[in-house]
Amino acid sequence: MRTLSSTPHSANPVARERDGRRRRRTITLTVLSMLVILLVAASLMLGNTFYPPGDVTRVLLGQDVPGASFTVGRLRLPRVALAVIAGVCFGLGGVTFQTMLRNPLASPDIIGISSGASAAAVVGIVFWGLSGTLLSVFAIVVALGVALTIYLLSFRRGVHGTRLILIGIGIAAMLESVTSYALSKAPQWELQEAMRWITGSINGTRWSGVVPVAVALAVFGPILLAQARNLSQLQLGEETAAALGVRVERTRLLLVTAAVGLIAFATSAAGPVAFVAFLSGPIAARIVRHGSLLIPAALVGSVLVLAGDLIGQLAFDTRYPVGVVTGALGAPYLLYLIIRTNRTGRSL
Amino acid sequence: MRRPARVRSLWLLVVLALLVALAAASLSIGSREVAWSDIVAALRGDVDSVAQAAIAKRIPRTVLALLAGAALGIAGAVMQGVTRNPLADPGILGVNMGAALAIVTGMAWFGLWTQTSMIWTAIGGASVTAVLVYVMGSLGRGGATPLKLALAGAATSATLSSFISAVVLPRGDIAGSVRSWQIGGVGGATFDGISPAVPFIIVGMVICLASARALDLLALGDELAAGLGERVAVVRGLAALGAVILCGAITAVAGPIAFVGLVVPHVCRLMVGVNHVWLLPFSAAVGAALLTASDIVGRIVARPDELAVGIVTAIIGAPFFIAVVRRQKVRGL
Repeated sequence: MRTLSSTPHSANPVARERDGRRRRRTITLTVLSMLVILLVAASLMLGNTFYPPGDVTRVLLGQDVPGASFTVGRLRLPRVALAVIAGVCFGLGGVTFQTMLRNPLASPDIIGISSGASAAAVVGIVFWGLSGTLLSVFAIVVALGVALTIYLLSFRRGVHGTRLILIGIGIAAMLESVTSYALSKAPQWELQEAMRWITGSINGTRWSGVVPVAVALAVFGPILLAQARNLSQLQLGEETAAALGVRVERTRLLLVTAAVGLIAFATSAAGPVAFVAFLSGPIAARIVRHGSLLIPAALVGSVLVLAGDLIGQLAFDTRYPVGVVTGALGAPYLLYLIIRTNRTGRSL
Repeated sequence: MRRPARVRSLWLLVVLALLVALAAASLSIGSREVAWSDIVAALRGDVDSVAQAAIAKRIPRTVLALLAGAALGIAGAVMQGVTRNPLADPGILGVNMGAALAIVTGMAWFGLWTQTSMIWTAIGGASVTAVLVYVMGSLGRGGATPLKLALAGAATSATLSSFISAVVLPRGDIAGSVRSWQIGGVGGATFDGISPAVPFIIVGMVICLASARALDLLALGDELAAGLGERVAVVRGLAALGAVILCGAITAVAGPIAFVGLVVPHVCRLMVGVNHVWLLPFSAAVGAALLTASDIVGRIVARPDELAVGIVTAIIGAPFFIAVVRRQKVRGL
């Protein structure tokens, strides 16, 4: 207390601690955002042809630059936009499920919701020739149906997390075989196009594919953020949350609808980009120790998709779709998760 | 749960009759209608008419369905016994995907095309994956719980399928054949394709059947089994090896087929009880029946086209998986 600072506020250790946390959080979020911006810039500049920052900036400002206007403005920009937006959607949707079900493994890509959206998209394209918004809407309806089915099937004197996850795994296996069946019936087999629905890809993105996802994010994102407080209280358990004044069923319905909406729209544009929804939340939790994980996870999701796409485009002789890279990244993380669980002695 | 011998014998007759009926149906049902006289003629080796030629193509297909079903049924029963886990299945645990990755890598990088080399590769891949998933699933508190094994298997499958994509994508030249193999099926079976797998299937089945008594002891718990003089680790490893050989060989010939190994042992336990000496042969018979039936269903529902058998088993098997999950007491899981 010798070095009393000028403001009486910081004399209070609790307030000081809170300020410190808040500052650390702000710094972390700023760093993450910078990383996203850096990756966006890199993705716009790098590729078959390198365009210096000056050219890219001029294209972004709407000026006509020979060559760059087409490559950067028409090819790379929509692709990068989808990477950012889909990453945010996957991150938000994934961390919502993980937090709500209180299990890092209960992410939508493990328990079958992404598989549902993906299967719906493939069936819609191959058998009914759907596209655009109609396809997205179909994907979200099916994904919601899958979520509801999993929930109802796991309901037996209350929903138990373990049962829900296992049933989700079973449903996912079934839906994946539907996807592979529909793909086998596609009129002309295009491996790159099929990849999109198996592991996720943002190759050949056009603005028309980006817009529905952006709208979905604008609608569902704020709903999730508005529920952030209730979500963190749900994490304490249903009874505690109810005692704290959370209307559990209503909150859960809102959260599930919004999260499934985000996942389904993003999947109908980019495919089920492997493991992004699964990885974003836990990585965010490592970086940010306190407060809501929604925004950090959203940023981490963007970073993962952008970085995965950049690596897939540039690091190898063959251009890999983003899902192949993120899928391979999932393996070491999974090992780490299980080894850590072993060390701390907690059960998964 | 012991069943009287009379009940078992009765079930045995029922299952055998079912097998014969399904095999006959598998020969006669297809996009071309055929007469019984043609079937008999074709079985004798005549291929004079178009109908007889069509049946001659259905014979190896039926044989493969029977063999694959029997092998996967036994493998599933052994895996459930070894892991003492009601949800163990070569598909769920990612073992088939491990075999698939090994085969695809072999095709793309090492030019493996002969059946025998593919089978060895598949067995290698399946073994590594089985060990990996089991170790991952049994870390942490409580050992290898069904939840942890299933999650480890699901996540491993997802990762492996990314690796498969990574291997196949640069190789447009092999993509077509990988794809047709990967969907899984018995449709294009030929005797030349099946015969290299037969020795492996026989060896695998012998190992599995020889482990039957030991699996019964394992079911009592590791401590008790050890107390009764069983070398638990050796027995477990050996039985698992038998199952892995079966899975690898079948995956190499027919592609990854999921859920047969899960469904069959559960059905068989209802019929003949938990004694492995009975359970394993029954699992083989019921597995053969299930896979043949799935193949027939795949031919009927999508006429004149065909649904690969792996897709049919997944559609049948997943609801079954869910039913098993719902029946288990949550604490037990």
